[in-house]
Amino acid sequence: MAELPRPEGGPNAAFPIVEFRRVEKIYGEGESEVRALDGVDMRIDPGEFVSIMGSSGSGKSTAMNMIGCLDVPTSGAYLFRGVNVCNLDQDQRALLRRHFIGFVFQGFNLLARTTALENVELPLIYRRVPAEERRRRALKALDLVGLSSRAGHTSAKLSGGQQQRVAIARALVTEPSLLLADEPTGNLDTARKAEIMELMVQLNREHGITVVMVTHEPDMAEYGTRTIVFRDGKIISGNH
Amino acid sequence: MLWATLIMSLREVRKNALRSFLTMLGIMIGVGAVIAMVTIGEGATQKVRSDVGALGENMLVVSPGAARRGPERTAGNPFQKDDVEAIEREVTGIKALSPTAQSNTTVVVGNQNWPTSVIGVDEGYFEVRGYKIEMGRSFSEVEAASGTPVCIIGKTVRDNLFPGTMPMGQRIRVKQVSCLVVGLLASKGQAAMGGDQDDVVLMPLRAFQRRIAGNNNISSVYLQVEQAELTSSVQAQVEDLMRERRRIQPGAVDDFNVRNMQEIADTMSSVTASMTGLLGGIAAVSLLVGGIGIMNIMLVSVTERTREVGTRLAIGALASEVLLQFLVEAVVLALLGGILGILFGLSLSYAATQSLSLPFVISPGTVAGAFAFSAAVGVIFGYLPARKAARLNPIEALRHE
Ligand SMILES: Nc1ncnc2c1ncn2[C@@H]1O[C@H](COP(=O)(O)OP(=O)(O)O)[C@@H](O)[C@H]1O
Ligand SMILES: [Mg+2]
Repeated sequence: MAELPRPEGGPNAAFPIVEFRRVEKIYGEGESEVRALDGVDMRIDPGEFVSIMGSSGSGKSTAMNMIGCLDVPTSGAYLFRGVNVCNLDQDQRALLRRHFIGFVFQGFNLLARTTALENVELPLIYRRVPAEERRRRALKALDLVGLSSRAGHTSAKLSGGQQQRVAIARALVTEPSLLLADEPTGNLDTARKAEIMELMVQLNREHGITVVMVTHEPDMAEYGTRTIVFRDGKIISGNH
Repeated sequence: MLWATLIMSLREVRKNALRSFLTMLGIMIGVGAVIAMVTIGEGATQKVRSDVGALGENMLVVSPGAARRGPERTAGNPFQKDDVEAIEREVTGIKALSPTAQSNTTVVVGNQNWPTSVIGVDEGYFEVRGYKIEMGRSFSEVEAASGTPVCIIGKTVRDNLFPGTMPMGQRIRVKQVSCLVVGLLASKGQAAMGGDQDDVVLMPLRAFQRRIAGNNNISSVYLQVEQAELTSSVQAQVEDLMRERRRIQPGAVDDFNVRNMQEIADTMSSVTASMTGLLGGIAAVSLLVGGIGIMNIMLVSVTERTREVGTRLAIGALASEVLLQFLVEAVVLALLGGILGILFGLSLSYAATQSLSLPFVISPGTVAGAFAFSAAVGVIFGYLPARKAARLNPIEALRHE
């Protein structure tokens, strides 16, 4: 079984959470080549709440997949907490996600016909947390997103806003260092959007979780501490 | 982890209860049919064995005439007293022995007639055939030696000639000879080949020869071997001895035969065994069909749950853990099918054996085999879909509609 990669400078070394060094991501070849990321330098420090904006096709999702260790650069280097992700295999990257990263998706991605509680317990199963502790922590996470009364409901019986809150509970139950959200409010009405954003701000401020969120709505980006704007695979503003 | 995976799989099976059940059906029917057939076959084998055993344990029957089966059986000269004495003297491994002479004739009491087998026997006959005296007594030594016409009757004869009365002390007429009934045999019931073992009249051999047959011929010699392993050795000794006494040239056909009841039972068991082999083939085919059904449903399930797989991978599941999950799901489906099939097959064969009045014997080996085979089917046919799931790219899986 793969081992969790350690940062080179030891566990106490102060690294940025995310560091891109001239990262390129190229899809296709020759005529049909697409430079989704074109030499991006970027740094995100612990405790930040970064909003990523940009028009469609500017490379936001590609960057998010990279940050989340789901993908590796075509060239350049990506250091996650001081670990060069480019040198890791699939299983090692999975372990990094398991231990340090929480994901929130635009489409919620809850398991069908599964209760809210079971959905939130899922990441803890992969972390080998014993059943009793799993349940306790999942209930606590649901409580934090204000859904402890809905623990036994399946996703079909929850509204969109509630589903997204379950998804957030699932992302934070492991107490990750980094929470990644790709258009988390894209499928919600205005009132729900505000609720979700306030929850994310709370997680960032009170729990010290670094948040990176993609959005195309300036109103949502306002909730963050910094906004990075992409255009044609390059960062045009918001870098340190 | 395996435990949590198992729970998740059971949940998944329950979520699609109807679909899961239909998927299991193939394996269930296959396993059920085989379990039923094997159990019924085992019952039939045991019945044949116990029936043959009831004819007489470890019994050999030496009769004149060639062993060739069929309507025309070359006759041979009957045996004589010295043949029996020679067997007693020279063959080792015999526990009990009795020369017999037999006649199928009608016996009469008053105005009642009953056609039956009248057999002249020595006292060894009771031991060889396992007959017991239920009432009255056996022949005395004096009666046996002097040829006094006394007899012991079977239950069927008694029921027909002495309904509701005590037979002991009464007389029956066998071919003009009046015979005193001194005993009643305990019932042995129906034999394997359909003969009623209670439809007999036994009398001392001497009396039979003198008064009924009018000669000293012996029609068969019944032998009981000390233990089953010695059966073929005793058979060979008897054959050699008789060939010598009857001056049969090497290579010539015997004019007598030694029947081995154990052999008959073995033949019948081997028929059942080859039937079992055939059933194994049917089982393999039905498990194959059931396995393909499972593979089909698992492939559909993987496609349907592509986003779920993407989510799990994003959350930090290893490819091997996704593989394990789908594999366990397939095995759970197959095993549940197998278990249902075992229950189904056992209840089916219970009903069948009851109505055929066969013993109901559960063969643990077959049940364990069915269980193991079902699990193997799950692993073999679940592997391809599971690998498909494990090889999904998380980014593409998350985008899947
Ligand atoms: N798997 C892929 N194969 C080929 N091209 C891709 C792939 N993913 C993204 N792209 C291309 O890369 C560019 C950036 O895409 P993306 O990062 O999804 O943009 P955004 O999220 O900002 O809309 C787009 O031109 C897109 O068509
Ligand atoms: Mg996008």
